[in-house]
Amino acid sequence: MTAPVELVAVTRDFGATRALDGVSLGLSAGEFAVLLGPSGCGKTTLLGILGGFLAPSAGHVLIGGQDVTALPPARRPTTTVFQDYALFPHMSVAQNVAFGLRMRGMRRPARMARADEMLALVGLEGAGTRRPHELSGGQRQRVALARALAVEPDVLLLDEPLGALDLKLRRQMQDELKSIQRRVGTTFVHVTHDQEEAMAIADRIVVMNGGRIEDEGTPQRVYLRPRSRFTAAFMGEINLVPARVGGAGDGHLLLETALGPVRLALRGDLSAVQPGARLALGIRPEHLRPDEAGLRIPGTVIETIFSGTHQRVRLQPSPAGPPLVAHLPQGARVAPGEAITLAFDPAAAILLPEA
Amino acid sequence: MTAVLRLASWGYALALYGFIFLPVVVLVLFSFQDGRLPIPPFEGPTLRWYAAVWQDRSLTAALGNSLVVALASSAVSCALGFLAAWGLARGRLAGGRAMQGLITAPLTVSYLLIGLGLMISFNLTGISPSLLTVGIGHAVINTPLCFAICFASMGDHQVNIERAARDLGAREWQVLWLVTAPMLLPALAAGFALSVTFSWDEFIIAFLLSRFDVTLPVEIWSLLRSGLNPKTNAAGSVVFLVSVAMVLAAEFTLLRRRR
Repeated sequence: MTAPVELVAVTRDFGATRALDGVSLGLSAGEFAVLLGPSGCGKTTLLGILGGFLAPSAGHVLIGGQDVTALPPARRPTTTVFQDYALFPHMSVAQNVAFGLRMRGMRRPARMARADEMLALVGLEGAGTRRPHELSGGQRQRVALARALAVEPDVLLLDEPLGALDLKLRRQMQDELKSIQRRVGTTFVHVTHDQEEAMAIADRIVVMNGGRIEDEGTPQRVYLRPRSRFTAAFMGEINLVPARVGGAGDGHLLLETALGPVRLALRGDLSAVQPGARLALGIRPEHLRPDEAGLRIPGTVIETIFSGTHQRVRLQPSPAGPPLVAHLPQGARVAPGEAITLAFDPAAAILLPEA
Repeated sequence: MTAVLRLASWGYALALYGFIFLPVVVLVLFSFQDGRLPIPPFEGPTLRWYAAVWQDRSLTAALGNSLVVALASSAVSCALGFLAAWGLARGRLAGGRAMQGLITAPLTVSYLLIGLGLMISFNLTGISPSLLTVGIGHAVINTPLCFAICFASMGDHQVNIERAARDLGAREWQVLWLVTAPMLLPALAAGFALSVTFSWDEFIIAFLLSRFDVTLPVEIWSLLRSGLNPKTNAAGSVVFLVSVAMVLAAEFTLLRRRR
């Protein structure tokens, strides 16, 4: 079962603090959406409003086209996977999974059979008779997922469900969440502060900050063409270089930067840029390469750090401008004080407001 | 020096426990006295005083009364204490703190005052003393205890578990009955066992609030008025034994989960 979700100008105040400020958002049925943002950005509040645990101070929540704003959690077509799993400690795993069906009046044999099916779906065949405290964190997480999915909700809400797991298990659960979501087709709304997790599982990332939606779109879009400085920095490390629009013409945009003039092919997202405007040129560290064609940036290495998948290099560009961070291949042999030249393909440029 | 200190501390411990337990040991020992008076020297052992207790109609009736009052008043105390704890732990009530203080306040008031107050109140309202009034009295002293135990075991992690139950379609009474109460079972069991213990050997309230049907401590007291007798020791030993059993039960249910 699945349904689209629509939030219309949802606002929520806690005393004098505004946790959500007029948030509007539409999610299609069967979409895997991730609400991403730092703690205190309002993402958990938004999830609570979707689940019916919190009432919005203003605005509406529509699920499957129906206004559910006034409905309590039990009467909404949503279920929640809680951060701390919130399993019933005194019940067996199968009884946990079958609880929602029991509340819906399903008879015992039928609901136990269904619980077994759900446990198989999450890879916990035969664990039905065990107690939650006998399971590992990852297994409890699966039980919580099976319990929430057993009642066939239209929308499944996941509140930082992988936060307590170690990195390896988290990666594994991300893959499984994604494949389970594809199989059941339910709309998933997943909250996290981990942008890597968001990119790994989301069809659509909704970046939140200060109670508002900063940006939303596919992981590629949000990472490669972020719409705000906040999104650009939150999605990953970025170098920001002050820039001024010199002029536009024959499908190109000319930027004057401390690193020298940059010629950008005009793209859809640049059409509104006016000549003379002050901007920031955003460069992801992995887009600064020794062997790229494009803008060449000579400079002096300040320091290098080996980070496993790449070498993180801080560089003082010799023309002028702020120090830049570049991710070079592991094998690159560079030492502090050394003069190197990196290059940057303007096609990867991110243009952001000046401040 | 350390040897002396160790010896001294052992001696102190021995004196301490002797001071606490010697009276009980003496009471139990002389319940086996094969003679007419429960005083040294010890002659015996014999079980005839226990047989005498068993054959004493008024003692066995009092024992039955005590049992009924203890179980019923403890059940009521647990139910009231649990509901109050749940309401104050989960709800955001105006003056919640004050209410919490008010509920636990009777723990600091002497049983004599509570008994007198209840006696006067029942008198004014025309309710005559009976086992019911004794039970009400015991519920008054034990509800704060059950409340305190339940309230202490209501953690924030249970809030999400209750929320999950609601999310899955449970009504409020189902949340309480199927999730909250079973989660708090150790606390409820401990509260129940302690309440039974307190009700079981409580004297002054039971004395003030009963008339024809009396509980065991009241019956023992009236036996004592006719002088010392190993039979009273035997009856006292039975009271003590049941109390110890209940306290141990409470300890095990409460502590087993903690570890």
